[in-house]
Amino acid sequence: MEKLIIKGGRVIDPAQNLDETLDILIENGVVVSIGGGIDAEDAEVIDATGKLVTPGLVDIHVHLRDPGFEYKEDIASGTRSAVAGGFTSVACMPNTKPVNDNHTITSYILQKAEKEGSCRVFPIASITKGMAGESLTEMGELKEIGCCAVSDDGVPVSNSEMMRRAMEYARPFGLAIVTHAEDLALVGSGVMNEGPVATELGLKGIPWVAEDAATVRDVMLSELTGCRLHVCHVSTKGSVDIVRQAKRRGVPVTCEATPHHFSLTEEAVRGYNTNAKMNPPLRSEEDRQAVLAGLADGTIDAIATDHAPHHLDEKNVEFNIAMNGVVGLETALSLSLQLVRDGVIDLHRMIELLTCSPARALDLPVGTLEIGSDADVTIIDPDLKWTVDAQQLASKSKNTPFDGWEMQGAAVCTVVGGKVMFDIAK
Amino acid sequence: MAFRHKHILGIEHLSAEDIQLILDTAESFKEINSRDIKKVPTLRGKTIINAFFEASTRTRLSFEIAGKRLSADSVNISGSTSSVVKGETLEDTAKNIEAMAPDIIVIRHGHSGSPHYLAERVGCSIINAGDGAHEHPSQALLDLMTMREHKGSIKGLEVAIVGDITHSRVARSNIYALTRMGARIRLAGPGTMIPAGIEKMGDVTVFNDLRDAIKDADVVMMLRIQLERQSKTLLPSLREYARYFGLNQENLKLARPDAIVMHPGPMNRGVEISSYVSDGEQNVILDQVENGVAVRMALLYLVSGVDAILAE
Ligand SMILES: [Zn+2]
Repeated sequence: MEKLIIKGGRVIDPAQNLDETLDILIENGVVVSIGGGIDAEDAEVIDATGKLVTPGLVDIHVHLRDPGFEYKEDIASGTRSAVAGGFTSVACMPNTKPVNDNHTITSYILQKAEKEGSCRVFPIASITKGMAGESLTEMGELKEIGCCAVSDDGVPVSNSEMMRRAMEYARPFGLAIVTHAEDLALVGSGVMNEGPVATELGLKGIPWVAEDAATVRDVMLSELTGCRLHVCHVSTKGSVDIVRQAKRRGVPVTCEATPHHFSLTEEAVRGYNTNAKMNPPLRSEEDRQAVLAGLADGTIDAIATDHAPHHLDEKNVEFNIAMNGVVGLETALSLSLQLVRDGVIDLHRMIELLTCSPARALDLPVGTLEIGSDADVTIIDPDLKWTVDAQQLASKSKNTPFDGWEMQGAAVCTVVGGKVMFDIAK
Repeated sequence: MAFRHKHILGIEHLSAEDIQLILDTAESFKEINSRDIKKVPTLRGKTIINAFFEASTRTRLSFEIAGKRLSADSVNISGSTSSVVKGETLEDTAKNIEAMAPDIIVIRHGHSGSPHYLAERVGCSIINAGDGAHEHPSQALLDLMTMREHKGSIKGLEVAIVGDITHSRVARSNIYALTRMGARIRLAGPGTMIPAGIEKMGDVTVFNDLRDAIKDADVVMMLRIQLERQSKTLLPSLREYARYFGLNQENLKLARPDAIVMHPGPMNRGVEISSYVSDGEQNVILDQVENGVAVRMALLYLVSGVDAILAE
């Protein structure tokens, strides 16, 4: 029997409303007891004195790029990056090559994750075949073999009827529709947020209404069909507000915010910084404040990274032609802890946003330390000072806008199913 | 006063003193252009590469002549003859050019920020000859030189800029330059061609009606409508554009009687400007072209940091 005791840490599990200095006993990958003064012979012991001990962090928006874009990331490197950032579960988007729209690709991802992965991987299948927006995927079977949700992230379903039918079809299978809400006609050839900075830089803008209009549509379709809707990476004041109002009406909607949208604004683009280029784009300070308010008041359910690795060659070009997206798994926790230090949210809320709340949004069987649950645990040193060095990231790609940032707080040990998959000392 | 800029990436980075110095230097070079032998040895032995990744006749010609009159060796590469079309990255193109050890690269590029991108990656001086919808500093400087010649001073001038502001690097560079020198800018154009937040770039007021924008103006600058570039969603027709945003003898009367009419060229006669106006008494369009050579000589001279006597 494999035994592991995590001793003396401040255990915070929002799912059980727990916050106490306790020991955790793990046997055969399962949490068997939590309490004071736990000892067991022949158990491996991790001393967590002075540290936070939380359920393993859950990131419901990650691009692992595998299959098809292994030069950017693969399942091994992406999940290594995850555990280095304290994440024990990731949901991976289907915009691979080929697209994850069928049994074979889903099985490939699950098998590879089982064999080479450092953390749990929950595939998200596409809504439409090939993400082409024209016909539905076999959602029943995809759910049965392990997909947790469906999404055409990155290539939003433009046709409103298609989206309606997708929701009607997904609902009885218990699948959530995960929407990247952008009206592509309004996005046009825009490359950053529309506003004074884009005007100054002479770059084509993407107006906030591109996101708001699409969010409204999908929220109303969810209201019509009763299908669970999860809105990815809300970045505008309007879309936060739309979700807030929808929740009040009882619409089954959840949403997430990314660390880059709550930490940065369009100002980061100055100097034509391609690592500040993503979709939706970095917005105005007013939008950022609205996202912070949404994180605090419960409108936003999850902090998710939208970890989007790109090769140096795809970023080391003129801004207009650079790829969209940034890596985020290894900086998310520190940036979230900064929100706590800034007084935006408290520590409980932060952990909730990174554990049980995202798990609930996609109905994942993780995110808590309850007795009997899989022993996914993250040990956090909230005071650890470190400097981001893009070249040192575990991810294959180095496209972070936070290179050189002084951070405070990090995961020091990540346990997945009772096994230590990351230890900062090693 | 010494000029401390290695690159000219945009007017944004220039102070009023910098602009003053460039204009004064250009004025002294202008005299050379009227001599029998239009050449001084100031930049002898210097190599200038005019890298034009976007079609341009007059700006390229102007930079080329400016370089030759200063005795520099200038070489041109253009979008169609350079290796850019073969899918080489801008960085590789730049490194290749740099390996040939030029002193200055003059770059025109369709993507905003390209000169900035180059300046971060190569060792020589970079002069921006127009990048996307961002900046066109030498154009703004020659515009200011022309205004100064005709009006004595830039300070206090009311300058109307009319047309497609959204896609205009000329407008942006002029807004920076004019604001810095104490002029006031009035903008007018179709609602689809006024970019968000343009008022924040300088001393700018946006008018819905062309007539309000040019009323009592000292300078009326008409921008070129890029016929080939305008998507169908921006304008219903050129006919309607000419009717509401074209400059003609009638609406020009609203400007001050001594107002000057400018255009960065090439003009679409009968669209943004009527021939009666473009060829009329108030036009200074060819002065702009002439001053363009002098301003570009000044820029090449100033960034090269040579201590030579200006004109012998
Ligand atoms: Zn997305």
